[in-house]
Amino acid sequence: MSSIELKNIVKKYGDGFPAVNDVSLNIADGEFMILVGPSGCGKSTLLRMVVGLEDITSGELDINGKRVNDLAPRDRNLAMVFQNYALYPHLTVFENIAFPLRLAKGKHSDNEIKEKVNTAADMLELREHLERKPANLSGGQRQRVAMGRAIVREADAFLFDEPLSNLDAKLRGQMRTEIARMQRRLGVTTLYVTHDQTEAMTLGDRVAVLKKGILQQCASPRELYEQPINLFVAGFIGSPPMNFLPARVEGNTLKMPIADVELTGELAEKVKGKNAVIVGLRPEHIKDASLGDNISHGVPFKAVVDVTEWLGNEQYAYIPFDSDPSLQGTLEELDRDLDGEGMRTQMVVNLDSRSRVREGQEADLVFDPSFMHVFDPESGDCLTRDDDRAAEIARDNEEQRKAALERAKSRESNAASQSAEPRQAS
Amino acid sequence: METNKTKWGLAGASVPIMLWTLIPIVWIVATSLKSTTALADQQQNVFGNFWPKSISWDNYSLIFTGGAKDLFVPALWHSIVVCLVATLISVVLATFCAYAIARLDFPGKKAILITALTVSFFPVIAMVTPLFNLWRILHLFDTLPGLIIPYITLTLPLSIWILSAFFQQIPWEMEQAAQVDGASSWQAFVKVVAPLAAPGVFTTAIIAFFTAWNDFVFSSNLTAARAQTVPAALNSFTGASQFTQPTGAICAAAVVVTIPVVILVLLFQRRIVAGLTSGAVKG
Ligand SMILES: Nc1ncnc2c1ncn2[C@@H]1O[C@H](COP(=O)(O)OP(=O)(O)OP(=O)(O)O)[C@@H](O)[C@H]1O
Ligand SMILES: [Mg+2]
Repeated sequence: MSSIELKNIVKKYGDGFPAVNDVSLNIADGEFMILVGPSGCGKSTLLRMVVGLEDITSGELDINGKRVNDLAPRDRNLAMVFQNYALYPHLTVFENIAFPLRLAKGKHSDNEIKEKVNTAADMLELREHLERKPANLSGGQRQRVAMGRAIVREADAFLFDEPLSNLDAKLRGQMRTEIARMQRRLGVTTLYVTHDQTEAMTLGDRVAVLKKGILQQCASPRELYEQPINLFVAGFIGSPPMNFLPARVEGNTLKMPIADVELTGELAEKVKGKNAVIVGLRPEHIKDASLGDNISHGVPFKAVVDVTEWLGNEQYAYIPFDSDPSLQGTLEELDRDLDGEGMRTQMVVNLDSRSRVREGQEADLVFDPSFMHVFDPESGDCLTRDDDRAAEIARDNEEQRKAALERAKSRESNAASQSAEPRQAS
Repeated sequence: METNKTKWGLAGASVPIMLWTLIPIVWIVATSLKSTTALADQQQNVFGNFWPKSISWDNYSLIFTGGAKDLFVPALWHSIVVCLVATLISVVLATFCAYAIARLDFPGKKAILITALTVSFFPVIAMVTPLFNLWRILHLFDTLPGLIIPYITLTLPLSIWILSAFFQQIPWEMEQAAQVDGASSWQAFVKVVAPLAAPGVFTTAIIAFFTAWNDFVFSSNLTAARAQTVPAALNSFTGASQFTQPTGAICAAAVVVTIPVVILVLLFQRRIVAGLTSGAVKG
């Protein structure tokens, strides 16, 4: 039972470079919090400050309301899984998992240790490997040993630093669900670092997006996806990424390279006085008009498809467009921040697999302007963000999280009472 | 085919090298097995005065039980004690030093490594005369500590270099994981780093031991009778009478002190090579 609170945490390394800058986060008891961001944005640094392997330059770190800034790692009672697992090569799997228990001298008897290790091993299906050395295990098995070492003692929280990045895609999927199940079952507060989209979106109750050491937005995956706070978050979350189109503002009309959109109401007020804005459109919000799906108030347009990729269940079409020189700088910078490969002057469209659009053809496409995100090119702020809607999503998400924890708890106690009954009867 | 050819080629090339290094050793063994008469008489030997027709253990009984006993047996003890103590001290000190060098960032880290390197290249003979005078003033001349101290000087830099390379190979994260698991720095060192570094420490100990074991310069100059080690004692062997050369006894003693070296090297050759090369490459 524990919460972790970060208050204005700053980390400056020896060279004065702020790797983490003024980050404040509140991780509730039992919550699964994800840290994402491009390489070098300070995720590992933040995690290592929480666990105590890195000094905090300024700010306050509280665990259960108690300031722990100056506590040594061993006094913080947190468990961590390292990216390369950091298993002890000279110890057997059993001893690796038992290591934290043996260190708590006098706290556990030998029998207790055996029982705890066996329970953890059963949970992670490591029973038959207990006597082996880590060097002889597969990547997935090593990963599970590292998790076993973390769950075997009753730590206040779990910290993971890209625990799945050394595994192949299939195993990664498997272990991902494994971790999700385990976290719900144990109900332990978890802080999880990754740069994998899928892990962030599927595992997290909330996701904190970092850019160059600065926290951009911390919200549920759904809110990040639907109501991103700025260009960076919008571009970082989602795969394939959101399309960014330059748009000129002329009166109440947005002139984009592919189509013109009439603005009404609040949005029209917000863009007033700006010469140009950046429009974000998710690939799946652009449809093939010829399929006849009824989109009310849809904006139709024609475009020549450059390349198509048919994947069976869906299909991607790539549509080149002319970039706007006045916005090119902003978009290029955004691309660099997102670790992109180069300027994006093509648009990705995620079409239904029924669509017959082929390379080189002119396609009839349509999109719903209400799904459009509009960004201020100077500040990067999202002008279409609906705070009420965002708050609603957040509330909903929090309720669902609590319900899921409850369900897991009752399942657990059911299972426990069921397994206890026959023993009493005999 | 190609690899087979290379193999035989390499084997052929190594034969002269092996002969070059082995013949003197075999020669010492052969000489140590010759009786006093055989030493002077070619007729009693085969292969042109090389191997004795009848093997005699006289020389060995001479150094262990006979006339040279009082000179050789204490010297053997001195060698063992001095080298073991010097090795132990220098390896323990070097372990701490190398650990600090590999793990911590502190000013003067480079200076320590460079000093260690410089000291190990310093010609030993240049230190002997000043030490001789100093030791006489300090009453360390011809004592065991008087020999142990220079041997530490001799082996410590070497040990620091080899060990810091070993420690650098042990990932930091292993220790950090131990600390997160609830270990103090000391526990992390003892339970995780030390077992992983053990092979390295062991290799270093062997190399340090030999360096001390084979030393002649310090021993022959800083001791007289009470603390002489075997290499120096060999020098002061005399024959059974004034007119016989002590050749046989010297060879027997040389064989006795060479045996532990050969055995240890054969047993641990892989580790020694690994230790030397990791020291050379990573430094
Ligand atoms: N020991 C250090 N000394 C100086 N700078 C460091 C140190 N460790 C990290 N940094 C810097 O701090 C920044 C954040 O590093 P960090 O390892 O936290 O990134 P990350 O988000 O975990 O990246 P990745 O996804 O590649 O693991 C980087 O710019 C890095 O260069
Ligand atoms: Mg990292």
